[in-house]
Amino acid sequence: MEKTINLTLKVWRQNGPREKGRFETYKVNNISTDSSFLEMMDILNEQLINENKEPVAFDHDCREGICGMCSLYINGRPHGPDDDVTTCQLHMRKFNDGDTITIEPWRSAAFPVIKDLIVNRHAFDQIIAAGGYVSVSTGGVPDANAIPIPKKDADDSMDAASCIGCGACVAACKNGSAMLFVSAKVSHLALLPQGRVEAARRAKAMVAKMDELGFGNCTNTGACEVECPKSISLSNIARLNREFLSAKLKD
Amino acid sequence: MSNLLTASIGRKLLMSISGLFLILFLFVHLTINSFLLLDGVLGFEEGQLFNAGVHFMGTNPLIKIIEPVLALGFLVHIVYSLILTFQNMKARGPQRYASGKKTKGVEWTSQNMLPLGIAIFAFLVVHIYNFYMKMKGILPWEPAEVEFPFFGLTATGEDAYTMVHETFQNLGIVIVYVIGSIALAFHLTHGFWSAFQTIGWNNNIWMPRLKVISSVVAIILGGGFTVIALAQYLFF
Ligand code: HEM
Ligand code: SF4
Ligand code: FES
Repeated sequence: MEKTINLTLKVWRQNGPREKGRFETYKVNNISTDSSFLEMMDILNEQLINENKEPVAFDHDCREGICGMCSLYINGRPHGPDDDVTTCQLHMRKFNDGDTITIEPWRSAAFPVIKDLIVNRHAFDQIIAAGGYVSVSTGGVPDANAIPIPKKDADDSMDAASCIGCGACVAACKNGSAMLFVSAKVSHLALLPQGRVEAARRAKAMVAKMDELGFGNCTNTGACEVECPKSISLSNIARLNREFLSAKLKD
Repeated sequence: MSNLLTASIGRKLLMSISGLFLILFLFVHLTINSFLLLDGVLGFEEGQLFNAGVHFMGTNPLIKIIEPVLALGFLVHIVYSLILTFQNMKARGPQRYASGKKTKGVEWTSQNMLPLGIAIFAFLVVHIYNFYMKMKGILPWEPAEVEFPFFGLTATGEDAYTMVHETFQNLGIVIVYVIGSIALAFHLTHGFWSAFQTIGWNNNIWMPRLKVISSVVAIILGGGFTVIALAQYLFF
């Protein structure tokens, strides 16, 4: 049996990067608990368009938890009240009839608001551009056993590679630190032979870029790990520290 | 290595090394303080064991060398804690979340290292005023010369025990010490494992182990200083 709920939404509206923002309150009715959070936002926007009002701007693309575009701070948590999901994977069954839902953009100095709920996460692209890649072409897909890799390394690398660059870690961090993101990007390459070659240079370049862009110093509070939709582990931060410090000491 | 200390991880490294060094110092300090409670045992009379300990620390050349290093350790730790916290506030930005922060499972201590550090610092000021400045002759102190056994021989030195003992008869001071020690315990439940994480010595297997060791270190140090202050007030 389909269940529907009525909700009050408190949504952050901001016309542009330099404009002053404010909360607007909207009501949406008969939302199916089977719908996703972003479908609920679509219904709100349709309603606003029908009333000749400007729809709410929010980021989204794949809507299946793989692109990292969606980025809403919902009722006190990045990606909302469910664990290990992105905003697009959040279901309306997590809410109750009559609830008030507060929806805000990521808040961090390095992620300025562009419009409404959309923030500028270009800083993450710049960090990747500083070294988050392997500089030579590694060719086509090699035979599975051509380069032997210990199972544990392969698993850890795969886990780190699941970071989708959404920025929830920064949004959750009281220090505005991007260490979970950077550590995931450094780790997934450093653990594999193809990425190992440039590991020292990569760690130094990405950390330098991260610092330059004004992200904070990690104090290991662990809020990032809790809110990461991909369960990226804090151990990656220890690995990044190790990679960075040994690279610096070798200089 | 040149620009290591201007990098975020380099600044954290200084916090971590200075913090671990301070912990090491506190273990030595606690060992000597525990002599306050060992009177009447091991063939010592009241205060003798503690006075011997103080005499040893006061005359040992190694301790003379360590003293300025220790002061530097505190200075680095405190200065960098302020720099880091200031930078982090700036990185976080001025906008708060209207719906608050409802992330579960984040250690309270990890979010309050500076307030806890300031509580420790406040205690430290009282502590230095009470004892260190007297023992160093900065504040007036006229101790009796007493004799005590010292490595099989007999030595004479200042009667530090009586001064410490008398200080701990003041309930207000005892309360300050207990609060300082508890703040230290909380600081270390997060600080100890965080220091190893910062150096890079952590992984999924060691994380739970380090957290347990952290709590043990916190209980030994924080609990140890608390018990000594309270026991001196109540039983000696
Ligand atoms: C004997 C006293 C103290 C000991 C043993 C101690 C120990 C530690 C340790 C081991 C850490 C963890 C470092 C890391 O995460 O890498 C730490 C962090 C911290 N300490 Fe202390 N500390 C002491 C006193 C103080 C004082 C007096 C202050 C400030 C006035 C302070 C402020 C901080 C702050 C803000 C942090 C968090 C910084 C960070 O994690 O990046 N501490 N402390
Ligand atoms: S580490 Fe997690 S929270 Fe941070 S950007 Fe990657 S997926 Fe998002
Ligand atoms: S829209 Fe792609 S992860 Fe949510």
